[in-house]
Amino acid sequence: MTGWVGSLFARELRIAVRVGGSGMIGVLFFLAVVSVIPFGVGPDLNLLARIGPAFLWIGALLATLLGLDRLFQADRDDGALDLLLMAGRPLELVVLVKCLAHWMATGLPLVVAAPVLAIFLNLSPTAIGAVTLTLLVGTPALTLIGAIGASLTVTLRRGGLLMAVLVIPLTIPILIFGVSAADAAVTDPVPFLTPFLILCALTLISAVVGPIASAMALRFSSD
Amino acid sequence: MDRGGRRVFAGLTFSVSAGTALIVTGPNGVGKSSLLRTLAGLVAPAEGDLNLEGASQPDMAVHEHAHYFGHQDALKPALTALENLTFWQSFSAPAPSPGFKSAVMKPVQALEFLGIGHTARLPAAYLSAGQRRRLSLARLLITPRPLWLMDEPTSALDTASEARLLDLMNNHLSGGGIIIAATHSPLNLSTIVRLHLETAPEPMAPLSQERDA
Repeated sequence: MTGWVGSLFARELRIAVRVGGSGMIGVLFFLAVVSVIPFGVGPDLNLLARIGPAFLWIGALLATLLGLDRLFQADRDDGALDLLLMAGRPLELVVLVKCLAHWMATGLPLVVAAPVLAIFLNLSPTAIGAVTLTLLVGTPALTLIGAIGASLTVTLRRGGLLMAVLVIPLTIPILIFGVSAADAAVTDPVPFLTPFLILCALTLISAVVGPIASAMALRFSSD
Repeated sequence: MDRGGRRVFAGLTFSVSAGTALIVTGPNGVGKSSLLRTLAGLVAPAEGDLNLEGASQPDMAVHEHAHYFGHQDALKPALTALENLTFWQSFSAPAPSPGFKSAVMKPVQALEFLGIGHTARLPAAYLSAGQRRRLSLARLLITPRPLWLMDEPTSALDTASEARLLDLMNNHLSGGGIIIAATHSPLNLSTIVRLHLETAPEPMAPLSQERDA
């Protein structure tokens, strides 16, 4: 019963990490975005430390969006999407597994890279820990919500930009609570746990809404 | 059946019994592929329905009893031939039916059988068009499903592979399977029903159905 889930997950991971996969592109883009910020903002270390978590989050959001348009389009281009639809497996679960594998290949490297890049932005050790933790909890939600946009634009040749326009408004709550949780960890009176738990809740909600909405869009995509 | 807001065909009724191949012919653009995609459950019919009688699991849809062998090979260039095949084996749910028996092969056997055993460890990106086609065909041999929907099954195959494909299709039919194939080339199969789609002067496409089996 669970055999097909494992093999789908392994397949997606293999495709992402092998030649031509999009695994590392996101991290490189994240690195590029975050490392130019100190040059743009200037040498004010306190200012950098204050806005650092926000820029790490925005960088992670953009880097996540970068690879998402291929989530289903690659399968559509070679006809595999038709077979995924015909395989007799629950499509919602297929989408969820694909999202998890995609997150493992593109989102998790961002989380791992975040502490290193946080040093560029003069974050305190507490802030580095907090921003990494919020990214770990929040980036799956970005992938899962992005899956909705990816499946809506799967039939379009160059749907990447449209997907970003569709998805970015939906990710705003995640961005708000992710950044406010990371900020709350360093500014004393505000509790860290409240925005962090809301962020966790948002991720859980998107783990339900994302696959269902995405599967619905995919069923209509093959016309 | 509608596609892109345009009625492709209407009033089409046919039935295919076990062990029979339905060969769909007709000029380009008449709707052969659309018919197959409708049967595959990929396009919803505007009206009407599809039924499969005698299925062991009535809760499974018709398309879950079918293999779709279309124009595209559904192969990932980064994965080896064997990885591509084993994925589809574990991912596609088998659809056993009482009146249908087939020799299910292991992925390696299927590759050997189709004469591409030596490519098992090669990334699919390095395969030629015919080899990719055969690798895609191997998918039909590793998961037992009684209904084969084939869109131009012989394209890109050499004469030897084409003969082997016809053997496979005849085996499938003699095991109680059903084949619905859209093709332009004559297929030498044991039991054939023909369905000829023709464009009409009016927007609605009438059709003539002749039997020679």
